[in-house]
Amino acid sequence: MSNPATTSIKEQNKSAASSLFRRNVRKFMNNKLALLGLVVVVAITIACVIGFIAGVDFNTPVLPDMKKPPSSVHLFGTDTIGRDLFARVLVGGCYSILIGVFCAVMSSVIGAALGAVAGYFGGKTDTFLIRVSEVFQAFPQLVLVMMLVAIVNKRGLGNLLFIFVFTGWMTTFRMVRNEFMSIKGETYVKVCEAFGMSKNNIMFKQILPNVMSPIIVSTTTNVAFFILQEASLSFIGLGVADTTPTWGNILNAAKSVSVVTNQWWIWLFPGLAITLFVLAINFLGDGLRDVLDAKQQ
Amino acid sequence: MMDNKEVIFKIENLQTWFPITKGMFKKVVGHVKAVDDVSLEVYKGETLGIVGESGCGKSTFGKTAMMLEKPTGGRVLFNFNGEFKDVTKFNKDEMFSFRRKVQMVFQDPYSALNPQKKIYSSFEEPLKVHGIDSMEEREEVMRKVLKMVNIQPDYLMRYPHEFSGGQRQRLCIARALEVMPEVLICDEPVSALDVSIQAQVLNLMKEIQKEMNLTYLFIAHDLSVVQYMSDRIMVMYLGRIVEVADSRALYDEPLHPYTKALLSAIPVADIHHKKNRQVLEGEVPSPIHKPDGCPFHNRCPQCMEICKTQAPRMVHHGAEGHMVACHLYDKEAPKA
Amino acid sequence: MDSKEIILNVEKLNTTFISDKKKIRIVKDVSFQLKRGKTLAVVGESGCGKSVTMNSIMRFTGKNAIVEAKNIQYNALKDGKVEEHHLESIKEPNGPEMRALRGPDLSMVFQDPMSSLNPVYKVGDQVAEGLLQHNKGMTKQQAREKVLEMFRKLGIPDPEERIDCYPHQFSGGMKQRVVIAIAMICNPELIICDEPTTALDVTIQAQIMELLKDLQVNDGKSIILITHNMGLVAEMADEVCVMYMGRVVEFGTLEDVFDRTSHPYTKALLRSVPVLGLADGQKLETIPGATPNPADLKEGCEFADRCPECTEKCRKGVIPCYEVNPGHHVRCTKYSSFPEVE
Repeated sequence: MSNPATTSIKEQNKSAASSLFRRNVRKFMNNKLALLGLVVVVAITIACVIGFIAGVDFNTPVLPDMKKPPSSVHLFGTDTIGRDLFARVLVGGCYSILIGVFCAVMSSVIGAALGAVAGYFGGKTDTFLIRVSEVFQAFPQLVLVMMLVAIVNKRGLGNLLFIFVFTGWMTTFRMVRNEFMSIKGETYVKVCEAFGMSKNNIMFKQILPNVMSPIIVSTTTNVAFFILQEASLSFIGLGVADTTPTWGNILNAAKSVSVVTNQWWIWLFPGLAITLFVLAINFLGDGLRDVLDAKQQ
Repeated sequence: MMDNKEVIFKIENLQTWFPITKGMFKKVVGHVKAVDDVSLEVYKGETLGIVGESGCGKSTFGKTAMMLEKPTGGRVLFNFNGEFKDVTKFNKDEMFSFRRKVQMVFQDPYSALNPQKKIYSSFEEPLKVHGIDSMEEREEVMRKVLKMVNIQPDYLMRYPHEFSGGQRQRLCIARALEVMPEVLICDEPVSALDVSIQAQVLNLMKEIQKEMNLTYLFIAHDLSVVQYMSDRIMVMYLGRIVEVADSRALYDEPLHPYTKALLSAIPVADIHHKKNRQVLEGEVPSPIHKPDGCPFHNRCPQCMEICKTQAPRMVHHGAEGHMVACHLYDKEAPKA
Repeated sequence: MDSKEIILNVEKLNTTFISDKKKIRIVKDVSFQLKRGKTLAVVGESGCGKSVTMNSIMRFTGKNAIVEAKNIQYNALKDGKVEEHHLESIKEPNGPEMRALRGPDLSMVFQDPMSSLNPVYKVGDQVAEGLLQHNKGMTKQQAREKVLEMFRKLGIPDPEERIDCYPHQFSGGMKQRVVIAIAMICNPELIICDEPTTALDVTIQAQIMELLKDLQVNDGKSIILITHNMGLVAEMADEVCVMYMGRVVEFGTLEDVFDRTSHPYTKALLRSVPVLGLADGQKLETIPGATPNPADLKEGCEFADRCPECTEKCRKGVIPCYEVNPGHHVRCTKYSSFPEVE
């Protein structure tokens, strides 16, 4: 046995340590619906990534195979110019999920950082940031997209990512700000001030961990939100260029009534993919909310 | 009492007013005079009890004394190794060094520990901030303070929700002691605890005081708890001091009518105790619209004409160090 | 004793809560009697089940609670005749039978006056509510007169003005008076006060206590006072019931409990509270350890782990109650030479 003064308390008492993480995992495992959501989300994501890496051919039109219904050669059939729909849904999934995750994470980061500043400092800083967020909220997304397309003169992934992050951080901002406002009054924050800790330390190392759970939950549900946003923008032709497939983009082909009535597979499979993914994400988000909600602990 | 009293805290005419604003342009329409012209001296090694009803400004006074709340007037002088410096004029670095001298224990042990962090990191952070860089040194300090409050070091690896109220308050005291402060301001440290736990914590605090030669500013609403802990007691009413006296003297011969009423209002757990209850009429007035003259005059059973117009001065009466702000004892007061 | 003298008789009350599919017994075999026109103080620390006991009697417990009792008998005295009500046999906790009793017969004052009143209604209307509910055909004007009368009786200044104020215009002490007015307006026989002054200052507490004492002495009301403050008990109570971890550990008259204190817990409780005028250097006695978690209690006496006089006998089975004096019951093996009581 070593001298207790030289071994660290941390090392010595590993067995006695309790872990919030482990407990949360256990709680999550008991939530069947959330678990199902997680499995579906992971399965779809893996399938899409594998498809992308394997380099399935999604872009070569095979004119003779135009508008073929699902068969053993083309699992989901082919689209109006003869591209394999299964490959397009897989690769499109990659882009859609990328857009969803990237925008959700980025807008959460921006929203959380600004919300922390506004909530912690309060006063004039807070009023200013609130006004800014209101201005942003008032921007119609559609007009912004059109403006940007007009300015850079092309449709592309970059446009969309920029617009979504630009117009999507306000909900997280408001939530984080309110949380900070209330936690600022908690005694443990006063204790930190009494020890003379710096504002940065208090804001990001002490308060932020207590706001992480709602941020995680809202980021998760935002992924679904952005995927739906992308789908609707692409559907009306303002999204990503046609050469890069996304779930919304594929649906674009189903704009004509004749496709909707005669070639059901063209809209059904990408539509199903979106629905399934978004639903699974929402289950997952609800589950996370139950597990992480501090008030229930 | 102590023979050579060394003053550690000297507070002069301290004022903490909170502005009340109205309208879009935040026009100041009035002030909540939470602490209004309070002066006193705190001696090294003593426990000064501060007692009063809710809203009397005792908590704000504690927070202002350690600069968690900015005073709107007056001076707070702290004894830095024999030299008095005005804390209210400190810059950031000086303030940081002041934080090592004066620490605080808060009322609610349930929210005083960050729920998302292990006790270990709540204990480690203040030491890191105050420049103890090596982990060995930090842990040596932690072991030392935990021993003082009788808590096993392995408890550090747990989360706050796994502890009872009494244990949490002991942890909070230990954490405040980490920086080896000279003064500990205790803001209602036991009022959130169960009665059977209160005595544990109070006795522990007494032991620690002896061991570390600490000075306590003990703030509480419960006069019996304050009397048990303190050498001297200061009674506050509506932001002002009404009486300062030795703990024993305050009980044996209270002077101010408010102190008398406060003492008589406390229910005594003895069925043979002679009840001489003096029930005060009315309520504490709002600190925004304080009455003219003596703040207590509208509830005072011995109110005189002069009390309604003129605020009483602090005067000596009776034993040494017994001060009271009441016209009844002010012989030289100009008669209206 | 006949049912004219006893207003409330509780025998073997058990309340079990179901949480996470586990059953936790919060109130265990609680029995007590309250004499008409007297004050019974129920003392104990937080979590000892004193509030749950009263809520079980009033049937205010939530859906996850199971209330069982051998007998909860309330004897109403109406025009010299005694009406017996067996509360344990009333099936619907919020049904017409129970609702008819709440207000005109039994009523309750809660701990926190700040949250006991609805902020969007005038206090006068909130007080009149119960009156109109239980007296069909009473006009608003009549109700208002009654409320004004009650306000005057409870010492609320300027009742004509204050009756039309909203709760936020009242101070804590005044709010608690309004809450008491709500409890009193239907002229109940029994008032249960659940820590009525814990949220208030001592000088206001003294006012409220005077008021309650006055109601008991002059109007002959029976009062159950739930508190953790031994001082209040000494001033207010005729009989005292000390609870610890869901059990009554000591029950007796005020003199029994304070002068002939028998249970080690009661002794410790009385000695660990600081009192005014302690000699310099005198140390408070402490009760070691912390209150156990009701979910993982072992068999035997609940206080055994913290008790200075614990013996082997204390660790086994359920400790019965012994009658050390007529009417003075103690749940402790020290007194096993005395006759057992149910």
